[in-house]
Amino acid sequence: MKPAAFEYECPQQLDAALALLNDANSRILAGGQSLVPMMNFRLATPSRLVDINKLPDLDYVRDAGDAVEIGALARHAQVYASNEVAQHFPIMKAAYEWIAHSAVRNRGTLCGNLCHADPASEMPAIMQVLEAQLTLSSASGARVVVATDFFKGSYETAIAADEMLTMLSISKPAPGTGWGFEEVAMRKGDYAWCTVAATLQLSSGKIASARVAVSGVDACATRLSDAESSLDGQAPDTELFANVAASAALAVDPADNVAVSADYRRDLVRTLMPRVLQAAVESAG
Amino acid sequence: MDKVAINLTVNGRNRQALVPPRMLLSDFIRHELELPGTHVGCEHGVCGSCNVLVDGKAVRSCLMFAVQTDGARIGTIEGMGADGSLHPIQEAFWEEHGLQCGFCTPGMLVAATELLAEKPDPSEEEIREAISGNLCRCTGYEFIIKAIRSAAQKLREGNGAAQTESA
Repeated sequence: MKPAAFEYECPQQLDAALALLNDANSRILAGGQSLVPMMNFRLATPSRLVDINKLPDLDYVRDAGDAVEIGALARHAQVYASNEVAQHFPIMKAAYEWIAHSAVRNRGTLCGNLCHADPASEMPAIMQVLEAQLTLSSASGARVVVATDFFKGSYETAIAADEMLTMLSISKPAPGTGWGFEEVAMRKGDYAWCTVAATLQLSSGKIASARVAVSGVDACATRLSDAESSLDGQAPDTELFANVAASAALAVDPADNVAVSADYRRDLVRTLMPRVLQAAVESAG
Repeated sequence: MDKVAINLTVNGRNRQALVPPRMLLSDFIRHELELPGTHVGCEHGVCGSCNVLVDGKAVRSCLMFAVQTDGARIGTIEGMGADGSLHPIQEAFWEEHGLQCGFCTPGMLVAATELLAEKPDPSEEEIREAISGNLCRCTGYEFIIKAIRSAAQKLREGNGAAQTESA
């Protein structure tokens, strides 16, 4: 239960931090709320930790006009409490009620949470629904990846070994966008058994721009494009929602584990999705 | 790996040390600073027993490395109360039977300290949320909730309000 030895670097500037990522066994230490437990268990044994906590100007949550930008060192607690999130992304606030506990949220960062890409994590699903853009920086430049292309599998993302997620940019939803979020876990703050998140708009009584994602039921948080195309252009309807949820429950591929069976997870998709869609319709204006 | 020099403030007192990077803050506090009031339960961030205050915020000391606390202000259970007298939150735990075996208590007190610094008059829901990351296997939590509510009242009434900051 003690981490293996590692070399510690604590750069003061972003350029210096990025230059240190040249070694494939270097890991970035941000909040450390997932990495350090893995190191304590020796599931992770990086040879070098690049501690980014002293880098300046990365702890922001800021209004950038059409989008809200969140820096690499913005802690969950700070994002959760921010006016920008409360005003534009109530779905994030709803999800945060289920995410960890205050002492963990005080240290853990949203960007680190996304890079960790835990299959049961909520924010990877939310970011895909919101189609957040992730800026991945390296010593040789920066590129922007949309959240739907970022998550590749269980603890697997599009980020390269020499890259760091420096900023998350989330476009403000169009006026009248409705949202829904539901989760079932053993206890609040624990790993989700099933998370369903959705946003949609209503145009002349018909659903438009439906975005639906699940987490906890596949190798990683996933957008459900079949569900979305079944919803778009249709009038909201209980039977429609039940059918979409039934198809989604068959499309996901959950695994059995000691706490919860795959069948039960499918049942949760079937049960939670209509509630989420109904809430999204009711909050759409 | 080379040891790193750190300079920090623990319970109001300046401390300097040379630490190997892999040393957890919890181990540094207990073994190097000889402050064993911070308890280590699960060592992977689940139980909350090792919560300490870092720059006024409750954090898991088993999920930070000591080397990261260079320049930080740390508060542990030993920094609560003064001159052998209990802090009002400790008093409330005593009076309301907010502990039995006492293992979770330092972490609970840290969680309560942070909560009451931010919300002097928390609702029961807010108290439950604040301690949701702290496991207690004895009390069933009800007496802890009662104790925190009583502590809030004591602090609001000004009993030792000056001591809150020092913790």
